[in-house]
Amino acid sequence: MVKYFLGLSVLKSSWDQVFVAFWQRYPNPYSKHVLTEDILFREVTPDNRLISRRLLTKTNRAPRWTEKYLPSNMARSAYIIEDSIVDPQSRTLTTFTWNISHARYMAVEERCVYGVNPDNNSWTEIKREAWISSNLFGLSRALQEFGLARFKSSITKTMKGFQFILAKMQGGTPSRTLVETAKEATDKVKETALAASEKAKDLASQAQKKQQYV
Amino acid sequence: MNSVGEGCTELKREYDQCFNRWFAEKFLKGDRSGDPCIEMFKNYQQCVQKAIKEKDIPIEGVEFMGPNKEKPGS
Repeated sequence: MVKYFLGLSVLKSSWDQVFVAFWQRYPNPYSKHVLTEDILFREVTPDNRLISRRLLTKTNRAPRWTEKYLPSNMARSAYIIEDSIVDPQSRTLTTFTWNISHARYMAVEERCVYGVNPDNNSWTEIKREAWISSNLFGLSRALQEFGLARFKSSITKTMKGFQFILAKMQGGTPSRTLVETAKEATDKVKETALAASEKAKDLASQAQKKQQYV
Repeated sequence: MNSVGEGCTELKREYDQCFNRWFAEKFLKGDRSGDPCIEMFKNYQQCVQKAIKEKDIPIEGVEFMGPNKEKPGS
């Protein structure tokens, strides 16, 4: 079973500033869970596109209630690969990101396309899709709900991180409107994450009960 | 930001600085005059690829955007 997510975000900065920020966004106040960052591969193609592979290690932030279902020696940090293509001709940046560790427990894959906002060409829009799946017997639904909630909360941090770096690059503070909107979004995400966490706990305890009767 | 290879962070920082300048001032502006950071990248890569082997990070044979192939709309 796979959970699908589709979303659209907007950054009030031009495409070239966003593409520059893309490579400089770590570290930022919202990325404490990102431990290391490395470029493993980079090349300019004959048609002048830049392809890169970035390796990230992130802390493995699973909720406490999963601890009794997962191995006690499970690695605390996860490896994630982000492959990207920057096309300065079409002014697009396409990324595909997925975890190469812990995939037996949960696989999260994300595809983003960054491009010029069609309504305002001094802004940049990000079309984001994600596929979240888990194979563990009985727990998959619970983990998927959790995974989706965590993913949505990550988006808020990503956008805040971008805005922070962009504002720093441009020598100002993030616009008030964005900060206010972001706070609403964070509150909403927290509610969603909490609701999902409660639902997931409920599903997990149901799954455990089922196992006892097998 | 730290490198996954503890001893590679300095090399990474030097390379990043070179890359970020080239990326903003040349590449995005359509200047195709070539990458001035090749040497720095090589040094950084030697270090980080060694760290990856030592830590057994499973990047071997992972195709560029591999999982994207089976996704709709790719």
